[in-house]
Order: sequence, then C-alpha cells, then structure tokens
Amino acid sequence: MGDVQGLVNDFATKLSKRKVEGSRETARMTAELLRTIISQQKMTSSTNHAAVLIDTVRGVGRRLIDANPVELAVGNIVRRVLYIIREEEFSLQAGELTLSSQGSDREIDEEDDKLFLSSAATSQRILHPTSLATLLGSKPDMPPTCHPSASRNHDIEGKGNPSSLTLKRHIMEAVNYLIEDIKTCHEQIADQAVELIHQNEVVLTLGHSRTVKKFLCAAKEKKRSFQVVVAEGAPKYLGHVLAKGLAAKGLQTTVIADSSVFAMISRVNMVVVGVHAVMANGGVIAPVGMNMVALAARKHAVPFVVVAGTHKLCPLYPNNPEVLLNDMRCPSELLSFGEFSDCMDFSIGSEAPLLHVLNPAFDYVPPELVSLFVTDTGGHTPSFIYRLISEFYSADDLALQQKLLPESEHSNSI
Amino acid sequence: MGTQKKGASRGSEDPVELARVPLQAILLADSFTTKFRPITLERPKVLLPLVNVPMINYTLAWLESAGVEEVFVFCCAHSKQVIDYLESSEWFSQPNFTVTTIESHNSVSAGDALRLIYERNVINGDFVLISGDTVSNMSLTQVLLEHKERRKKDSNAVMTVVIKRSKPSQITHQSRLGTDELFMAIDPNTKQLLYYEDKADHAKGSIYLDKLLLADNPSITLHNDKQDCYIDICSPEVLSLFTDNFDYQHLRRHFLKGLLVDDIMGYKIFTHEIHSSYAARIDNFRSYDTISKDIIQRWTYPLVPDVKFFGNSSIKLERQGMYLASEIGQSRSAQIGPFTVIGSGTKIGNTTKISNSVIGEGCSIGSNVSIEVKSGAVLEPGVVLSFKVVVGQQFIVPSYSKVSLLQQPTKQDSDEELEYADNSGGIAEISSITHTVGKLNGEITNQPFETQCWPTSELGTGGAGYVWSICEGGHDEEWRHSVAPIPADKLSEAIHAADDDLELNQDGRSLPPSGELKPDSNDSEYDDDGESRDDSIYFEKEVEATFLRAVHENITVDHVILEVNSLRLSYNKVAADCAGGLFYSLMKLSLETPHDSASELVQATTNVLAKWKKLLKYYLAEIDEEIEVILKLEEICESTKEFAPVFDKILYQLYDLEIIQEEAILRWDDEKKDADESDKVFVKQAEKFIQVSAII
Repeated sequence: MGDVQGLVNDFATKLSKRKVEGSRETARMTAELLRTIISQQKMTSSTNHAAVLIDTVRGVGRRLIDANPVELAVGNIVRRVLYIIREEEFSLQAGELTLSSQGSDREIDEEDDKLFLSSAATSQRILHPTSLATLLGSKPDMPPTCHPSASRNHDIEGKGNPSSLTLKRHIMEAVNYLIEDIKTCHEQIADQAVELIHQNEVVLTLGHSRTVKKFLCAAKEKKRSFQVVVAEGAPKYLGHVLAKGLAAKGLQTTVIADSSVFAMISRVNMVVVGVHAVMANGGVIAPVGMNMVALAARKHAVPFVVVAGTHKLCPLYPNNPEVLLNDMRCPSELLSFGEFSDCMDFSIGSEAPLLHVLNPAFDYVPPELVSLFVTDTGGHTPSFIYRLISEFYSADDLALQQKLLPESEHSNSI
Repeated sequence: MGTQKKGASRGSEDPVELARVPLQAILLADSFTTKFRPITLERPKVLLPLVNVPMINYTLAWLESAGVEEVFVFCCAHSKQVIDYLESSEWFSQPNFTVTTIESHNSVSAGDALRLIYERNVINGDFVLISGDTVSNMSLTQVLLEHKERRKKDSNAVMTVVIKRSKPSQITHQSRLGTDELFMAIDPNTKQLLYYEDKADHAKGSIYLDKLLLADNPSITLHNDKQDCYIDICSPEVLSLFTDNFDYQHLRRHFLKGLLVDDIMGYKIFTHEIHSSYAARIDNFRSYDTISKDIIQRWTYPLVPDVKFFGNSSIKLERQGMYLASEIGQSRSAQIGPFTVIGSGTKIGNTTKISNSVIGEGCSIGSNVSIEVKSGAVLEPGVVLSFKVVVGQQFIVPSYSKVSLLQQPTKQDSDEELEYADNSGGIAEISSITHTVGKLNGEITNQPFETQCWPTSELGTGGAGYVWSICEGGHDEEWRHSVAPIPADKLSEAIHAADDDLELNQDGRSLPPSGELKPDSNDSEYDDDGESRDDSIYFEKEVEATFLRAVHENITVDHVILEVNSLRLSYNKVAADCAGGLFYSLMKLSLETPHDSASELVQATTNVLAKWKKLLKYYLAEIDEEIEVILKLEEICESTKEFAPVFDKILYQLYDLEIIQEEAILRWDDEKKDADESDKVFVKQAEKFIQVSAII
C-alpha cells in the first residue's frame, strides 16, 4: 500500500507542478493509476468491498484534483472509475438477485427470463434515467466501450459465483476498457471525419489539438481534398505546429493571425476545434481566443464543430464553484520580463504597478455557439450533453470534494 | 502500461544519462548579512514568508523542478529553526530529491560555508550554488549543457553565472531590487566574464578597466544593463579554491573578483543570460517587496500562490489578482482590492479595506481598518512588523517604520557583519526607517486580546513590541534598500549623477576605500592627491623648523632665505607657500612669547614681525602672496583663540609695517563677499580698517 501511496504522491506532484499536460495524457495516466490502486486494494471484509473501493478511489481522486484543479480530465476519470465500481457492484447484486429468484420461484418463467435477459439494462436504468440513446442504441451496433458491463453480465451469471474477486476482476476489465477507450478516442473520432468534411471545403481551426489533427488527416487519407485555415493561437502559437504537421501530411494549409479570423470566416465552410473540457450544459472550456472564433462562426452561420474524447466530458456545470474555469499562466509568454520592468517607474514605489499583464489559458464558449460535438460515441448537439453525461457518471459522485465551509463569505469579491 | 509510456520514461531519462552524476546543489540558508533586521533576530531569513510561503520553499521547489537531485542546505544563523522546518516539511520525503542539512555555528560568510562543505567532501560533480532567498523559474538544462561543453574544452572554466537583462537606468536598477548598479565586461563571442564591478563609483559615473583587458581580448562588450541573478553553476574546483584562499569571504566581492583579477591560475568565469524566465534574489526589503509583487503578478509561474508547488494550502485566484485562501472569514462590508493575497484562517472585520497587500495566515483584522490588525488601529503603508507584534487599539503606526519584539540593539554586534564592516562604514546594520508598500506580511499573528504586559510598549494600549528608531548615520544607504518611495532628494541626486559627471557633495554615501578592488591603472590619481596634501604639511613643518633654528641660532636673514628656497625647490612649491609657511612660523613664535593681555600679544607680534619683516617681504613680491598671508592669518585666528579678537589689530600692524598693501586687503575683502556668514567674522572685524584703507 505504501508503494501505491508513493505512486499517488508522485503523480500528484507531477500534476501540481504542471509536468503532466494535455487532457488525454492526464486522463490516461489517471486511469492507469486508479487501475493500479484498485488491483492493489486488499479485499479484507467480503461484505462491502465496493464501498471500500469507492472510498479509496474518492480519496485519491480528491488529492489528484487538488493537485491541479484546472485539469478537469482528472476528475472526469475518477468519477468514471467510481461509476464503473458502482455499476459492477450493482450488476453483481442484480445477478445474485435474479439467480436467487430463479432458484426459489420456478413458477414464474417468462417474466423472470425477461428480467434475466434485461438485467444489464435494468441496472443502467436504475442508476440513471433512461436516455434516448440507451433505448435506441442498446442493440449489438452500440459501441462496445460505452457499456462494457452489458456483455460481461452474462459471464457473471455463467459462473454463478459472485465474490469480491470477481467484482475486482470485472472492475479491472472495465477500467481497462476505459483506458483503451481513452487511447483509441482519436481514431474513433477520426472515423467520423469523412461524413463531416466534404470535397473542396475550407475548414478553420485554432491552435493545436491532436484530435483535430487526426480528424483532418483521416479525412485527407480518405481522399477528401479540402483546405485548412489555421489561426495561430496566441500566445503559445501552437497553431504553427499544427500547420506544419498538416502541410507535412499533404493538406493545403493557411496560417492566419487570431485577429483575422473574422475576416476569414466568410470563406470557411466549417470550424473544427479541439477543447480543454466539455461542461455538462454543453458549453466548452477551450484555449483562449475560441470564444471569438465561435462568435465569428455564429455571425456567419458557419457550423462550429467541437471534437472531444469522452474523457473531456465533465459532469459539472460551469457555474459550479468547484470548477476552476481558468488558469492564469505566466505573463512572460506575452511580454518578456525585461520589457515589463522597463516600463515600470519604480521611483513611485508605494503605488501599485500601473502595468499589468494577464495571460489566461482558457475561454468559455457557451453552448449556444456550439453546433455539434463529435465524440468517440458519435455526434451530439450541446443540448444532449447532459444526457450523455448521465451515461458515464453517477450523480452520487458529482461532489468529490469535501463539503467546504459556506462560501457566502467572500462572494462580494468585486 | 503501454509502449508509449515506456518511451516517454526513456525520453525523460536522457538528460540524466547526459549528466551521468546526479546534479547537486548547495543552498546557503543564510545570507550573512543583517539587512532584514529586526525580523531576522527572531527567525532566519530563509523562513520569512514570501507571499505566505517561507522563502526557502521557492528555492527548493525551483531546484527540484530544474532537475537537481541532491541539495545540501547550509544552515548557520537560527540553524535549528531551519532544520526543524525542513524536517517537518515534505522536502525530506520527495522521490528523486534528497535534502541534506549541514549545520555550522561559527561560519560568518559564504566563504566559510563553502570551505566547510569542501571538508565534508560531499560534492562530486558540477553543482548549483544558490542562496536560500532566490526565486526563479528558469530551466537549468541549457546552462548546464553550456557549462559542461565549456568544461570539456577548457578545464579552467569553473563557473557560469546566470545574468538577466534589466533596465540600464541607474535609477530603475537601484529602485527595483535595491541593489547597486552592476558593470560587467563580457566577451561577446565566448560569453566569458572579464570584469565585474557592483560597487562602481556612482558619483563619477566612471569605471576603471585594466588596459590588459582591452589588449588581450579582440572584442569586449561592456554592460550596465545586466542584473546578477545569484545563480551559479560551479565546478567542484570552486570549493577547493575557497579552501586555498582562506580569505575569500564574499562570493562576488572576493571570490569572483579574485578570480577575474588573478591571471596566474587562469580560471575563467562565464555568463549565461536568461530572457523570458524569471530569476531574482531577495537581498533587502525593497527587493522583497518587488519580488512579492512579481509573484502576485505571476511572473514566477508556476511558483505562484494558487499553484501548490509546496504544502497543502489551497488558494484560489479570483478576479483582479485576488488570491483568497479557502477558509477566511470576511465581513460582507469589507473590501478587498486587487493584487491581494489573504492567507487561510484570517478574519477581516467590517468596512475594512485591503489592497495590494499580503495578509498572512491566521491574522485577524478589525473593523474600519485599512490593512490593519486590531480595531481602530491603522497601519500606514510601508510598515514592517516582525513576528507576533501586536498593535494596540487606536494606535497609528507611522509610515515606513519597523516594529519588533526585540529591542533595537544600541551597538551593532558584528558577528555576521565582518564583510560588511569594510563597505558601509558600519551603518547598514541597525537598519532603520522606511519600509514596505503595505506589504505587511501576515506574521502579525495577533491574538487580538493578548494580555501580555509590555512596560515599554510603544505601540499603544495592549500593543507589544518596540519601534526601531531611525538611525541617523544609517540613512544614506538605507533609502536604496527600503521599500519606501525613494526620497525626492536622493532621486534627483541619482539623476544628477547620471546626467553629468560632476562629483556630488555626497554626505557619506559610502564607497569603499578605492584601490583594493580596482585594477591598478586607476590608483595613481588618488595617490597624487594624497601625496600633495601630505607634502604641504611636511613643507610647512620644515619651513617652521628652519625658521626656529634661525631664531635660536641667530642665522642671518639671507641664509634663512637660502634655506627656505632650497626647501621650496625640493618640495616643488611656489613663493606663496613659503610666505604662508613663514608667516605661520612668525605668528607661532609671537604666541610663544610670554604675554598677559591681548594688547601685549599684539605688541609681541608686532615686534616679531618687525624683526623678520625682511624675510617675509622677500616672498611677498606679488599681491597674491600678500592675500595668501591674510588668509593664513585668518586661518590662524580661527584655530587659536588668543589671536581671534586681535585680528584687525594684527592686520593693521601688517599694513603699518608695509608687509601687505591696501590693495591686497581690499581684494581679500572682495573675495570674501560671497562667502558664508561664518567666514565673514573677520571681515566684519576688520571692516572699519578696510573702509579707511579704501578711502586712502
């Protein structure tokens, strides 16, 4: 256990020092860490091991979220793992229930059979309200990663020997699916590219996003010919990196300044961007400058498409006080410190400095400005996000943080 | 774990393999100065909170993130506190980062510290030398790489100094970090440091470079716009150098300059300039204030309050740069302004206003206060409060004052002050007046109803602590170090100094006695001045001795003239000097003649003058020489009180004996017209006589 604690500390330090960046990488590492923790968790009491696991994961989750509250992917993954544990436990119990009911009351056949068959669906339905997608999609063509428990429920019943070990094994399997899911989300999203990008279109994007790059490259590989306009994404100018990468893949690419997005937007057929996180209301937290792009797209009725893996789905609403929407980064990305200090007249001394440099990392784009989300589970409109979230998260896990003291005290901040 | 992760971890190992040996660092947790008194009387400087985090954590966090694996913390003053703190902190339990403390009680300088570390034999490769009060977010990889490559080519490249550009203006430079202006000569191609002078003569605005420096180097750039970050990459030789030269005390003043001047060993020092990243050292209260502001403005990202690089206090950044801890009690009517940091557990009363300040943890701030402590009391901007100081009710702490629980020492105990004794003439220690821009760090751990009795309390009822008084002598250096706005006169002085090269009438702005640190070329000028002053004293003495011999041995006037002339030639003097010297001897002789009253003295003087008139007259060929005699008379009257009342009478006698003419007297009077009142005493005395002679 000490080893696990060391791993957690290590990862938390990395997070807090901002050494792990990028939501996909963070998500994957979080999931892997949680998998290790679950596998090392000793199952002493056979009564309530799921609760023990949930407590452990929660505790670790809190630490990790505290370490870097800006990276919402950590919280997302922790909550998804919690949901997996709950679900597995529930399906086990449901399995036991059905088995026992089968054993005792053999008279009722047909109804039991139905119950037996649909136990997986029942468990889902009880945990969260049935969504349209679940009803329509609970067919073989449903993405397997979305409901990993559905197929495996039969295994449990086949063995008919539910115990802490099986629970753990199933949880591990499900977490493995989740990790696999995170790893393959780019491909899953990219697969949908051909349907969205048409011949001779102009696509605009801002900054650098690996998801966007894979998405565009996938369309190119499918022999679509189209143009890409890349806004450079000040102050990090990662757009330059993306543009070079795209050009290397043989795509016609144009780099523009962020400020000329509005001038360019009338010639654009679609905006495709990657984001930092997708909030429960369908709004997105995205690299700075995105709101302007979204507004320009709205003004010219250009579809604003957000590509994001499901690990970026955050079950919280942006008005939740727990959500730290922004990260103020180092001002030296904008203005070198030397220049800054040149402008300061320090002889005034006691006055507050007259020159301030702000460098926020993110923008919030409200859901009204987003046309479509392309996730690894398919395309969704912003208004559908909250239902999607209820498929991945349990309502019990939304508040991971301990209850804080009443926040009312410092509400009158400005 | 997929292959991806393995790849990633291999990637991160590369720089380690490159370094081969784990990178080590020496952190000096003592600055060996007393600029932070009185606060440092109670707590070591490295544990002073900088934006609510003990300073040393910034340095350690930076070292850790820069890839340093082993840190030796050298503790001297308050070593127990430092060690206890580090032991209870999380720095001892970090993976891949070991912190070892080295304790010493008798080290008085950085030199001693490094010698001790050398004796321990713990450093086995290149190391980072840093003091525990440095804040930085720079990356070390580049500078380490450069250092190592230079080492491969030239084993004499022992040290790389990190520098940073700063505004070249003298005023800004001083006012930003409160440090002296720094002149550096750097070879632009190799980046070798050739000359380093941080105590340049501000008044003259000039520096002295050794000719050889220009002769030996094909190109050389001279900078006054660089700032020393006090981050050094050193080779292990540096430690042995300190041991070899046991008199090296100060890192810059002795070691660095010593190496630069010493051309026998041929050790070289190089520079590395950083551009976008931040690095600065807290040297005094002003830099403490400046760096606090920089941290609040996030220049040191990721070492900022809301990122948990250390400890586990959670602080949230709100709009306008307000950093609020999660557990603060703030009244609804209280106003918190921009760029404020408030630590956890702080309570803020009604209608209190706080802005541009750092409030510590567990402070309680009363109602109707603007940045304050107990109800009704006001802390004016710029007050430095030491630990556990309680400000009483209805008491106003004056601006820019320091308050401590310890009494101000009347005498400096210069244990730690050895190195500073020579430089600031014993002023800097009892640091005085002036400080901070509302930057009362929260060590005001006020228990609001502390009942301790302070008989000598100067802080109002219920207050605890002493106000450190303003130390007169210490004023001149202080303005630069303090946080108060620079006094207008000092500022204009600085501007003046920058504008023209005129030597300022600098009342004791202390500069070290020249010579010692400067290249030889500049010494001659100083020596000349000194010699000429000495010469005239000797000359006068010789003339007097000659004259006395003449009096006692009855030597004829002609012979005396001959002797004085030979003296004049050997000392390279003019006739006026001889006249002055002789006249002084005459007056002295007449003073020695026994007399009871002023009139008798005048009589004796007249006799002496009459007797030796011929001798004196020989040297009074011109009016100028006669004036010289009058001036000499004035001088004598000033210093001897017997002559003072009879100045006019002696002057009259001189005139009467035709030693001096009326023209000389009138011109003397003319010269004195613009003089101060104090100088005119004798002019007034002789006024009547002058009027008479003017009429004639």
